[in-house]
Amino acid sequence: MTPLLAGGGPVIPNYGKATGCIANDNAFLCPKWVQEHWGDTLQPALVQHVYLTAIAVGIGFAIAFLCALAAHRFGWLAPPISVFTAFLYTVPSIALFQVLVPITGITITTIEIGLVGYTLLVLFGNTLAGLRSVPPDVIEAARGMGLTRLQVLRRVELPLAVPAIGAGIRIAVVTTISLATVAAYITPYGLGKPIFDGLQIDYHTEYVMAGLLAIALALVADAVLVLVQRSLTPWRRARA
Amino acid sequence: MLVGPSGGGKTTAMKMVNRLISITEGDITIDGTSVRSLDLTELRRGIGYVIQQVGLFPHLSVGDNIGTVPKLLGWPKQRIRERAAELLELVGLEAADARRYPSQLSGGQRQRVGLARALAANPPLMLMDEPFGAIDPITRERLQDEFLRLHHELRKTVIFVTHDIDEAIKMGDRIAILHQGGVLAQYDTPDEILAHPASDFVERFVGADRGLKRLSLRRVRDVELDPVAGVPDGMPRCSDSTTLRDALSLMLTEGAQEIVIDGEDGEPIGTLSLQRVSDLLREEVTA
Repeated sequence: MTPLLAGGGPVIPNYGKATGCIANDNAFLCPKWVQEHWGDTLQPALVQHVYLTAIAVGIGFAIAFLCALAAHRFGWLAPPISVFTAFLYTVPSIALFQVLVPITGITITTIEIGLVGYTLLVLFGNTLAGLRSVPPDVIEAARGMGLTRLQVLRRVELPLAVPAIGAGIRIAVVTTISLATVAAYITPYGLGKPIFDGLQIDYHTEYVMAGLLAIALALVADAVLVLVQRSLTPWRRARA
Repeated sequence: MLVGPSGGGKTTAMKMVNRLISITEGDITIDGTSVRSLDLTELRRGIGYVIQQVGLFPHLSVGDNIGTVPKLLGWPKQRIRERAAELLELVGLEAADARRYPSQLSGGQRQRVGLARALAANPPLMLMDEPFGAIDPITRERLQDEFLRLHHELRKTVIFVTHDIDEAIKMGDRIAILHQGGVLAQYDTPDEILAHPASDFVERFVGADRGLKRLSLRRVRDVELDPVAGVPDGMPRCSDSTTLRDALSLMLTEGAQEIVIDGEDGEPIGTLSLQRVSDLLREEVTA
């Protein structure tokens, strides 16, 4: 019988020291693991996730905003844009990511294109609805006072559309935070990575913790946006 | 005063002045200058515009609402603030109201702010489209009275649209009555229109009580009174600032043929008889 390797004995790969939790039958949530892997696993994933979301909603809002302005000015543009954004929204996310891979590769760009696509429906719809919700008498008074079309837009229509636009951004941010976890299926980035990793090796703490972080991120982001929106619309809280 | 039933083109005619509706034929001139030759923005900034629904900007404070046109004209901040405070007092609100938002005001207060906003840059011409139409009758009457007082102070040219003939008679120097389809039925002073309606339509429109309405145009102090005969004991009395209509009403309710008129100092200056009132209505149009 020949020994497997010179020097004798099977080589056991070094997985590091097993933590107490692993020894302790894979607990649902192991604080010790969280403590030890916050710096190398969870925190980077969280930061990446914030980036993914911010870029997706930022680009999505820029596109949706310009489309909404165009559709507000030229009403006939609204139906085709609505149909297109609704179509994007109905494509299953994993399928969309897969379809994009041959074109843009296994990159963050692929993920961002997909995420941006999903924000458009709500951002476009809400921005346009906000612009259209301005009472006609307010517009008439503004025009009658000699405000140009651009001044009416900037000084009257946009400020009055802020509540609707803000609501749209909040929905877009929260859905993108949730959707961005799926993106790790394409490339290991964001909170999706520890979730997929944890599922793969069947280690509860890792995916439970990453999931909790995604939920916390969504709640915090939403709360921050509510505060920003409030500070932009002091007139909405004014009551007699 | 543009007055008439709906469909007469009152609002359309008014909106052609500031070209919210473009003129297809004919022309409108302000001081000899065609409104079609002026820059749209400049034309509108020089015309105060007040509409029934007011159209205050809900996201701006009362002060910023009033300061809209001055801000566009590039006035310094301090001057805009002072102007807003001055206008608020002029329209019967307080300078401190500048910090409130339109949602915190009552309907009457909003229309006052709307008026102040239209007056902000001191335009020589004002367009008012049923400004008091959506306000309860008591507040409306007060606003009408205050606006008349303001009007005497400010001496602006006002084009006023209303469907209410009583408002037109009360507020107007000259009234244009428009018939359905934009036909001008009559254009004249309130007194002349009430005394001599130009057509059946006008006669029906001003109402069967046009004699009484004419009386409401004149005050007792404007007519020649009979001398006071002796001590006017027990006779009904009223002040000389009363309208003839109210004086007549007093006679009818008191069952008196004659009433005593008091001057500003409360002393009797003459008497007014039922016969005299009736004669006045048959006199030729004064004024």
